[in-house]
Amino acid sequence: MPMRRWWDRAHPVVGAPGARGLGVGREEWVQVARDAAASGGALLSLWTTQEGEGTRDRLTDSPAEAAVYCAYLTDRGVLIVELALPSAAEPAMYPGLEALFPAASRLQRAAFDLSGVRSSDPDARPWLNHERPYDFIRVDGEGVHEIAVGPVHAGTIEPGHFRFSVVGEKVLRLEAHLGYVHKGLERRFCGLPILEGHRLAARVSGDSAVAFSWAYCQALEGMSGCTVPQRALWLRAACLELERLANHLGDLGALGNDAGFAFGLAQFSRLKEDLLRAMSAAFGRRYLFDIVVPGGMAVDLPQEAAEALADTVRAVCAEASELRGIYDEHEGVRDRFTGAGCLDASLAARLGVLGLVGRASGLGRDLRADVPCPPYTGLQVAKAVQQGGDVAARVAVRFDEARESGRLLLQLLSALPQAERAVAVEPPADGAFGVGLIEGWRGPVLVALQAGPQGSIRRCHPHDPSWQNWPALEYAIMGNIVPDFPLINKSFNLAYSGVDL
Amino acid sequence: MRTLDWITQVLEVVVALAAAPAFLGWLNQCRAWLQNRSAPSLWLPYRNLHKLFHKDAVLADNASPLFRIAPYIVFGAMVLAAGIIPSMGTRLPLVVSADAIALVGLFAAARVFMSLAAMDVGTAFGTLGARREMMVGFLAEPALLMVIFVASLISSSTALPAITENLASGRIGLSPGLAFSAVAFILVLLAENARIPVDNPATHLELTMIHEAMVLEYSARHLALMEWAAQLKLFNYVCIGFALFLPWGVARAHIGPVGLLVAVPALAVKLALAGAGLALIETVSAKMRVMRIPEFLATAFLFAVLGLLVHVLLGA
Repeated sequence: MPMRRWWDRAHPVVGAPGARGLGVGREEWVQVARDAAASGGALLSLWTTQEGEGTRDRLTDSPAEAAVYCAYLTDRGVLIVELALPSAAEPAMYPGLEALFPAASRLQRAAFDLSGVRSSDPDARPWLNHERPYDFIRVDGEGVHEIAVGPVHAGTIEPGHFRFSVVGEKVLRLEAHLGYVHKGLERRFCGLPILEGHRLAARVSGDSAVAFSWAYCQALEGMSGCTVPQRALWLRAACLELERLANHLGDLGALGNDAGFAFGLAQFSRLKEDLLRAMSAAFGRRYLFDIVVPGGMAVDLPQEAAEALADTVRAVCAEASELRGIYDEHEGVRDRFTGAGCLDASLAARLGVLGLVGRASGLGRDLRADVPCPPYTGLQVAKAVQQGGDVAARVAVRFDEARESGRLLLQLLSALPQAERAVAVEPPADGAFGVGLIEGWRGPVLVALQAGPQGSIRRCHPHDPSWQNWPALEYAIMGNIVPDFPLINKSFNLAYSGVDL
Repeated sequence: MRTLDWITQVLEVVVALAAAPAFLGWLNQCRAWLQNRSAPSLWLPYRNLHKLFHKDAVLADNASPLFRIAPYIVFGAMVLAAGIIPSMGTRLPLVVSADAIALVGLFAAARVFMSLAAMDVGTAFGTLGARREMMVGFLAEPALLMVIFVASLISSSTALPAITENLASGRIGLSPGLAFSAVAFILVLLAENARIPVDNPATHLELTMIHEAMVLEYSARHLALMEWAAQLKLFNYVCIGFALFLPWGVARAHIGPVGLLVAVPALAVKLALAGAGLALIETVSAKMRVMRIPEFLATAFLFAVLGLLVHVLLGA
């Protein structure tokens, strides 16, 4: 257990259960990464800070100083490693982690675009900065040609550019170029009142509103040392599972539709709509924005409303399992799903794939079961793990998780503890640091939060697991045919907004 | 009788032009009902065409004249095809100009112009669609020809009205040879008209398209003509199916004006049934992988050959 020594040296970090932090030097920075990779840890996130990086709202008077942070997911919890970079005349640079964690590459490039702190890795193409044309990697050979798709698509979907190198219908290589919805979120956080940051966090990726706002609140509540009432935690978990269930239902319908099976779309859309209406009746919102607030919940759930919601969940899950039978037995649908976009377990582990996509490729990580935060500690969440790694496996994981979410929801809603819905939260002291980590529907959502003076935010870094999974999509499509890409892409269903920040 | 023949001829073309959008509308309605959705209006395709004809056309800077004239050629080919398919009467003056084999050639010519126009502007999607369309075409045409040969052998003619006349006068019910051909014909019809399971007319996913990818660059009147031509093609195919396998109700040579009065409602009933049947096929199928299309059309060809063999061997 080489990771053990780092873990023992680290100091506890408030927020997510079991989180620890560690300040390291330049050599140790690489050693920790090596040990984390060797012990099967995953790179959760990487971000940099640079004080006074040309900000108009400069928060401190301390000299310009940069730091790079890296979060690893180990079986004990999250370990945050900090490497302080001395302020010097030359631009700050830190040892890159691309060789150990392929997903680090884009994170490092994005971090450079945001803060000017560069890694030592060779690939230094801008990621979020679109000022110059992007250098795609070209594939040479007889009959190879490129198909450029996006960023404007024929449907109302988020923008992203996909460059396929193909021979006939066969895809040799895919390179994605994102960043078209970059909106300066991290900068927007700076200086906001820390007690209101959850609203912006919920909007990092709208389909994961509960996950992001809970992660934010978890970090904040840890920093200010408040104890969230049990009832609020139960309700937050219910909201998180509702979000998961709604997204999975939507995806299952869309997957059917992309296989040309419009019946599936019609049925699952109806089920999702039933659920959204029940959510609207219960919480006053179809999508659960601004419901998780620092200290608890924005609204309570009366007993009758909880029962009505549970009835809808029960009905929706029963119908979903009926539809699963149709998907499983329909020859055309099965033919499209099976073997398409295969991401095998060793490749998935090498790429550090997270969340739902990882579980479909045999990587059995689920924060709700591995390092549960209350109320998941008492719920015994069953992980949905498949070994296939193809579209069929990702569909199966969605069906399994939808069923498990239904079970959890019924359990949560039937046993809501009697307590207040929220308590007051004091803004944390200047310089306090906390981290929130929640298993959203796509995978682990991380929010790292640092307080500034007078109850403001000094720095907030939200991280969506799509960062890790986008590169995996490029491997999953290799050797498949061009017209299967939309189906494979949909089976990943990764965030654009959540990574373009 | 010559006047009546010309009336029949003009009526056929006018009905095809007028009813083709409605047939697609009906098909979409049936699909929606079968999927438990509320259905769009039957008249939606007309409104679409109306809208498109009133818009200003946008052309790519590098579009050649071919790109501009292709919609007219494709549309013209489909109108001409409508003129030689005996959907309501068998005495069509135009028929001397083209038999069933020429009809297949007419469809092929339209396909060639459409594919050339798709590649003209040089976008990836147009070329992608054109390539797939040619693949579907070169596999579907032999199967279609084989289907027609079975009917031709039975009737000793390659002219569609003669075939219809012959088949309509005979026994009720299909001969075994024709039954096999009918299965082959339905497969070809689905493939040639970009229906599920070969293509998905409702998709917005550029990478999966065949027909839609070819017309992505068209707008306004050009797009309207292309869409109308696609609707006409579907209508024509369904009418070829009626002519070969369900010739009942068609006004035959010896009947006279009363025949037409029966033929119009008969056609309407047959179209309604065909639309519902196609919608059912499309609802219960998923779209197949592009690489499976050759298997699908090879099956069609096999069925058509079986039909031929059965006819030759059994003399039935």
